[in-house]
Amino acid sequence: MRPAEFRLVLYVAGATPKSIEAFANLKKICEEYLKGKYAIEVVDLLKNPTLAKGDQIVAIPTLVRKLPAPLKKIIGDLSNTEKVLVGLNIIGKGAR
Amino acid sequence: MATSRRGANPPSLSKCPSGIQGLDEVTFGGLPRGRPTLICGGAGCGKTLLAMEFLYRGAIEFHEPGVFMAFEEKQKDLEENFASLGFNLAALIKRKQLAIDHVYIERTEIEETGEYDLEGLFVRLASAIDSIGAKRVVLDTIEALFSGLSNEIILRSELRRLFRWLKDRGVTAIVTGEKGDHLLTKHGLEEYVADCVIHLDHRVQDQLAIRRLKIIKYRGSRHGTNEYPFLIGENGISIYPLTSLLLAGRAYSRRISSGIEGLDDMFEGKGYYEASVILISGWAGTGKTSFGAQFVDSACRRGLRALYFAFEEAPGQLLRNMRSIGMDLKSWTDQGLLRIAAARVTFCGLEMHLVTAHEEVRRFKPQVVVIDPISTLTGAGQSDEAKSMLMRLLDFLKNEGITVLMTDLSPLGVRGEGRDLCVSSLSDTWIDLSMETRGHTRKRRLTILKSRGMKHAQETMDLLITDAGLRVKAIAAEKED
Repeated sequence: MRPAEFRLVLYVAGATPKSIEAFANLKKICEEYLKGKYAIEVVDLLKNPTLAKGDQIVAIPTLVRKLPAPLKKIIGDLSNTEKVLVGLNIIGKGAR
Repeated sequence: MATSRRGANPPSLSKCPSGIQGLDEVTFGGLPRGRPTLICGGAGCGKTLLAMEFLYRGAIEFHEPGVFMAFEEKQKDLEENFASLGFNLAALIKRKQLAIDHVYIERTEIEETGEYDLEGLFVRLASAIDSIGAKRVVLDTIEALFSGLSNEIILRSELRRLFRWLKDRGVTAIVTGEKGDHLLTKHGLEEYVADCVIHLDHRVQDQLAIRRLKIIKYRGSRHGTNEYPFLIGENGISIYPLTSLLLAGRAYSRRISSGIEGLDDMFEGKGYYEASVILISGWAGTGKTSFGAQFVDSACRRGLRALYFAFEEAPGQLLRNMRSIGMDLKSWTDQGLLRIAAARVTFCGLEMHLVTAHEEVRRFKPQVVVIDPISTLTGAGQSDEAKSMLMRLLDFLKNEGITVLMTDLSPLGVRGEGRDLCVSSLSDTWIDLSMETRGHTRKRRLTILKSRGMKHAQETMDLLITDAGLRVKAIAAEKED
């Protein structure tokens, strides 16, 4: 299997409703637009607090696009699919 | 001094000493322990420095580790900037007495969609606090969040939660905020910090930069209500509280010799009082510097430590000139009894002169200080400002039990009592030197204008500068020519 084109990290702090919703929204978007080309890693900062520093995490939930470069961040529950797609550079602004 | 009289300290209000020179005096003990304090002011007013010094002194003097959350500067930049003040942050970090977390939000790489909170920030802060057992926290300046994130409703409710959280953790916190147009801070942080608000200010007056600190509120505590001048020097911040705080100083009855032959006789045969201020005024060339040098020389001869502020001459020049009249000051500097501190004149202003003076005194611990001349100080700033700063310096010296001799250059044509000398009221003893032309020679004359607490001689005397130093003697009957 070739490495994923999209490497995504979702930072959460415990299983809060916002985090669960963010993960569900992300999963849905990826399946629809990036099927077979993505990998999602979920980092729970309550378990690994020191990881917050490295990616400069302030808000929760934060989705970080590690690959492809450049680094992108989307904060919030990812409920607006179009904003997520724009934020991940999957579609250009105003494509829909 | 003027203080807010709304109630004495309730026993429950515990204070956290900052360790910052003067701040604990004007706050009567320090910042409210276990609560946040807001430090606000314009750019470059010293907020970051005050906040960092709070952590630095906390770690070193009170064994309270601290966390510095920096929203504007990188750890490396902070370390470099503070190294110039002698604060070795890297060493503190290594010893786990300090943790720095640089929080950086780049708006252009962030998209916002839907609900979020600032739990990431809380996690980072908690992790930093736990990593070193921090008792003190600084957030500098958390307002940067407003430019990084756009949802102000979330930000405000999270800030409120953050300040509550800080209190619950029981850490003593400093939160800094940039001065706003209508509010104390740009984003109204004062709304969240109810306990203690301190305002810093940096003004330029007569081309002289003056920093001031004012305690705007301090719930449950009395505090000084004045604006206190403060200096940023080699060792951080020094705040100058009002003089009356220091006036509790003892009155000394011991005497100290002037070192000048014949002069002690004019002061009841015993010389000056210890820990008093002696002013030597006179025109150029009347022997003021020699007067100071002679005092220092005689003090060192008796094993006292002397500090000489030479504001107009380089140390080498002073040593050479004094050698020509029989004083070997170099042997005293070699023995470590005398230190000649030459400060470069005026361009750095009164503020720097005074901070230099303070730090030199703290470091050298002299028993005798000469300031030559104070005209450099009073000339460097607006006179009221200069007078109050000089007054504080003199009070500080007297309070330390130090005898101060200062010289003052009289403007040409104005002499002695004729001059409106603001410094005369600050001095306990005032000696005026002058020149009189007798025939074809100019003679130096000496008059004691005042000397508090003793019966001093009233005659004007001859002051001779000889190969063996200064000598005072009665004016010889002269033949008229």
